[in-house]
Order: sequence, then structure tokens, then C-alpha cells
Amino acid sequence: MTKLYIPLDSFAVACGADTIAEEFSRLNTDRRLSLEIVRNGSRGMAWLEPMIEVETPDGRIAYGPIEPGEAEALVDAGILSGAGHPKRIGKVEEHPFFQAQTRHTFKRCGIIDPLSLDDYRAHGGLKGLERAIGIGAEAIVAEVTQSGLRGRGGAGFPTGIKWKTVAEAKGARKYIVANADEGDSGTFADRMIMEGDPFCLIEGMAIAGVATGATKGYIYLRSEYPVAIDVMREAIGRAHKDGVLGASVMGSSHVFDIEVRVGAGAYVCGEETSLLDSLEGKRGQVRFKPPLPAIQGLFGMPTVINNVISLASTPEILAAGAEGYKELGMGRSRGTIPIQLGGNVKHGGLFEVPFGMTLGEIVNEVAGGTTSGRPVRAVQVGGPLGAYFPVSLFDTPFDYEAFAARDGLIGHAGIVIFDDTVDMLGQARFAFEFCAIESCGKCTPCRVGAVRGYETVKKIIDGERPAENLALVEDLCNTMKFGSLCALGGFTPYPVMSAIRHFPEDFHGTPMRVAAE
Amino acid sequence: MVSQARYDEGEVAEIIADHAGLEGPMLPILHGIQERYGHVPEAAVRQIAAALNLTRAEVYGVVTFYHDFHKEPRGRHVLKVCRAEACQAAGSDAIADSIERALGVKFGETTEDGQVTLEAVYCLGLCATAPSAMLDRRIVGRMNDAKIGALLEEARL
Repeated sequence: MTKLYIPLDSFAVACGADTIAEEFSRLNTDRRLSLEIVRNGSRGMAWLEPMIEVETPDGRIAYGPIEPGEAEALVDAGILSGAGHPKRIGKVEEHPFFQAQTRHTFKRCGIIDPLSLDDYRAHGGLKGLERAIGIGAEAIVAEVTQSGLRGRGGAGFPTGIKWKTVAEAKGARKYIVANADEGDSGTFADRMIMEGDPFCLIEGMAIAGVATGATKGYIYLRSEYPVAIDVMREAIGRAHKDGVLGASVMGSSHVFDIEVRVGAGAYVCGEETSLLDSLEGKRGQVRFKPPLPAIQGLFGMPTVINNVISLASTPEILAAGAEGYKELGMGRSRGTIPIQLGGNVKHGGLFEVPFGMTLGEIVNEVAGGTTSGRPVRAVQVGGPLGAYFPVSLFDTPFDYEAFAARDGLIGHAGIVIFDDTVDMLGQARFAFEFCAIESCGKCTPCRVGAVRGYETVKKIIDGERPAENLALVEDLCNTMKFGSLCALGGFTPYPVMSAIRHFPEDFHGTPMRVAAE
Repeated sequence: MVSQARYDEGEVAEIIADHAGLEGPMLPILHGIQERYGHVPEAAVRQIAAALNLTRAEVYGVVTFYHDFHKEPRGRHVLKVCRAEACQAAGSDAIADSIERALGVKFGETTEDGQVTLEAVYCLGLCATAPSAMLDRRIVGRMNDAKIGALLEEARL
């Protein structure tokens, strides 16, 4: 029996992996190849997807990117015994992109069969939950607090403190909500872990449940992620059958269940309070804070609402102890961060490392620059609400505070690379346009400001009193930044102002940009 | 393929009943109805309001808030093209233009024969295999002219 790994991850599926799996399956029957096809997650090297791996006596040998229609020729070329081929990548572990990483949260992703609990256990799974049940609520919270883990959704709030607040809050019921509404362009870490290692999120949520006394978990998963929805639902069913979830979590006295709830295409529902309203069945509008969700969250009950990666980081922290995690990173940004490289990128994908690499190292060395081969002009870090960084700021280390000091944010750690054909005035207009489309409408600075901003930038594009209108845009950004209720209106000024500040040549008409060059 | 089933009161009642036991059943119910009829009929809004003890205005407010729910029937296929930054950086504007031209409709519109509705989507999480699109529930990455052709052919079937 030869194991053949063909990813079920969206990157691979979007490029034909399902068809490729069918082709190999047919060959398996027709030629009696004695193949066992495993649909694994992605290793994160998206430019090589669909990347298949063959288990040989020398280890797992990868080939990619494979296209539909190639299976027969690949088998004829002897890849099932690891033979040479122009698309042979070799062992993934020895690939420079992989070797440079510290895989903590994603250590199993792409390696195991995501839907096999046996595989999960064999690779260290459930050890964190087991230890958590053993040490009890207070010690779990202490461990997570000590690890220095901060919310990976973007806000960077210490996870342990959130859990402590919920643990101490009184309520008839308590909830754990996983924010899987990963709407930021350029980010896909939540999706990858849900598709490649769904039990890791389940385990993290169960740990949070044990730590806080919550008995019910919801995963609010966006509808744009059909593969993740299917994998996550199947994994929950299996975890339930196996006794990992249910009336007695792993044989303990703890009760914990999880349900997937599918979003409905509203970007703003990634904001925690509008997500809670959406879960309750309302319009996904932002709530005023206080009360904090930790005190009065879902259905008015104490609620932990964490990003998927924050929750998925906790099993390893509990299993291996906080110290090891805390040692990694820089400043107040502890542990590892799964950086996501997208856009016009040569080596796009997911790269997990301790905080502290500079933006330049990440963009030029890890990502290898652009796929178009043209020079990098700008990178947007942290999604549609993140700032555009020029090459001159590439010495910024990847760290919450360092980015904030340069009027940017790391957000959910997505980096979108643009080459020198990008028009930053157009990008500023898009930032307002996106905010106008997705605004929940509750507060005026965001609801009206986004529309006026879009119109005003359009006037600059049309050459209508550019200097005056530019001043107006800057003033409007100030109002939105300080007057909006949540990050949608409050952070839309980041991409706009960074574009204006770092790429002024694009805001004064084409001739000036040419002159500047 | 988007279901084009005709509204059926009994069937809607069943969809509502299937989810009524959930905490916060509104979105699961609306997803069920949207999936079954390709839109959320006005009559279904009345039924949901009655079943959940809400006003019609409240249900209407939810239906109109979310991009996934529609008051009117749409095309037999829905083609979503990502227009967010990562795809823009990889040339999605040109992809979007040629799809608009090939279908003869703008974003948000349905072809005259009712076959395809073209929609913008903001991120499918395929940012490292951009530009991307989604036909009904099927995702497509590394969009290029050849893939546009194949997708449109499929959508017109």
C-alpha cells in the first residue's frame, strides 16, 4: 500500500485537486496500484499547489504544481516510487521555505489526514486538552496568560485576560465563540487550519470551555469558505462520536459541544460584537462597549470570543507549557505568527515564524518578490483596513507595537504584495468604496464618511481641485478614525492616509510621479 | 446550480421547524430558504416573522442586511469574482472586465436569459493563488483567459 497525499485545501481544490484525486483514484482501480489516497491539508506553499506527496521508504516526496490531466503521465514516470520528474520538489521538510519556519500552531497542517482523530492523536493531538482537564480552570488561565498569547484576529488583546474575565463572570450559561469570519483580503490562516487540522480548533475551544466553565461553542464561519464548512462540520461530528466533545469531554465531568454557524457575506461580522448580533439572528451591527462580550456577550451571557488562530494556538501551549511559547518572539509580541503572503507574490502561502522578522526579509527573501517579476512598490499589511507600506519602511519588524509606531497594523498578519504598476490613488478610492459597501450603518462617521471619501477621492482622480479635495480627505480620515464605533470606519483611514503619505506622487497627477522617478 | 423551486408554504414551514430549536435560528432558516428558492420570498418573510414572534420589519431588516440573501430570484448560476486587494494586485480588474464583456452584464446583474448572475465578492481566502472566482459553490484559482472561457461555458449550460 502506497500512501498518496492530495490536498483538500481550498488552494489546491481551486486549482483542480478534486479532479486530480479522481484521476488517481481511477488509475488505482484500473491498474491495481494499491494506492491509499489521503486528502490532507496544505503545507502552506501555495505556489506549488496542488502539491501531491508520495510516501516512500525515504520519506514523503512532493511533486507540484500538478494539473488535472497529468496523473497518468506522472504514474508512468514512476513518481509513486519517488522517481525524478521536472515537478519533483523532494521532501517538504527540506524545502527552504519550510525549513525557515517554526511550525507551532500549524505543526500538523498538511501532514495528517485532517479528519482522522487517530492521526491527530499520533501527532500530539489532545495532549493539551488532557493536561487542561488535569490542571483545572485557574491553572489553564494562568498558563495561557503566561504564554503571552495575544488575539490573532488583529486587536492583539491578551487571550489569558479575556479568559480570566469570562471565568470570573457569573452567568446561567457561558459561550466560546470562534471568530472564523476571516474577511480580510490577503488572509487565509483560519481557513487553512480549519481545512488542514480542524481538531486543533476543536481542542482549543474545548480547552477554553474547561477554563471558563462554558459548555457551548460556536464557530462563526464565513459562507465564502465552502470547503472549511464541510471539513469543520465533519470533524465536529467525529469528535462528538469519539467522546472528545459532548456530555463528558474525554471522560471528564466537563460538558462541551460545538456548532458551526455559517455567515452570510457581511465583512463587518468579523467585528466581534456584530458577529454576536449575527449569531443571535439579527442584522450584524456593531454594539456599543461596554458591556464587554466577556461579561455580556452572546444572548447576554459571558462569552469568550477569540480568533480561530488564537484558539488553535492554545493546545500546543497547554501541551508543551507556556515557557517554550513565551521564549519566541520580540517585545510584547510573544510566540509565533502565521504570516500569509498573497497578491502579486512569487512564493505565496503561509509562513509561521516567531515575531520579529523585518518586513523586507519577509517580502524579498521569503516571498521572493512579485510573480510579475516587476519591482515591489507597496505592500498592504493587515487586510483592507491595514496600511500600505513602501519599500523605504521595509526595516519594520513584524511586531504589534513596531507596526503601530509606523501608523500601521499587523492585523491578522496578511501581507498583500503589489508591483510598480499599482495606482495608489485608486487603492485609496477602493478603501473608501469597500468601507461604504460593508459599513453596518450604525455610526455616522463610517456610514456617511466612507461614501463622501469615495466621492472626494474620485474628484481628485478626475482632476477637480486636487489640493483642496486632498485636504478634505485628510480631515475626513481624522473624523472617521476618532469618531467611528468600530475598526471598519476607524481603520479605513490607515490604507488611505498611508497611501497619501508614502506615495504622494500618485495624488498629484501622473506627471509628478514620472518626475519623481 | 441555484435552485429555482417555486415557493411552497408547507415546505417553508418545514424549513423553519427544522431550525426552530436552535439558539438564534434566523440565519440558518434564511440560508435554508435562500438555498431552496434561490431567494427569500416575501411570503416566507411573513412566515418567519410569525414563527419567531418578530415583526416583518425585523425579518426584512435581516434579509436586506446580508449580501447572501436576496429578495428577488436570480440567475440559475451565480458567478462571484473576487474584487479585493490581493486579487487586484494579481490583475483581477482585467479578469472582471472581460467577464462583464463576455456576459454582457455588469456586476450585480443577471443575463437576459436568466442563466448567470454576476457578483463581486470580497475575498475567497485564495489570495496566494489569485485571481479567484466561485461558480455556485465551486472555487477557482489562478484565473486566466482560458479559465474564464471554461467557467462561462459551464455557467451557460
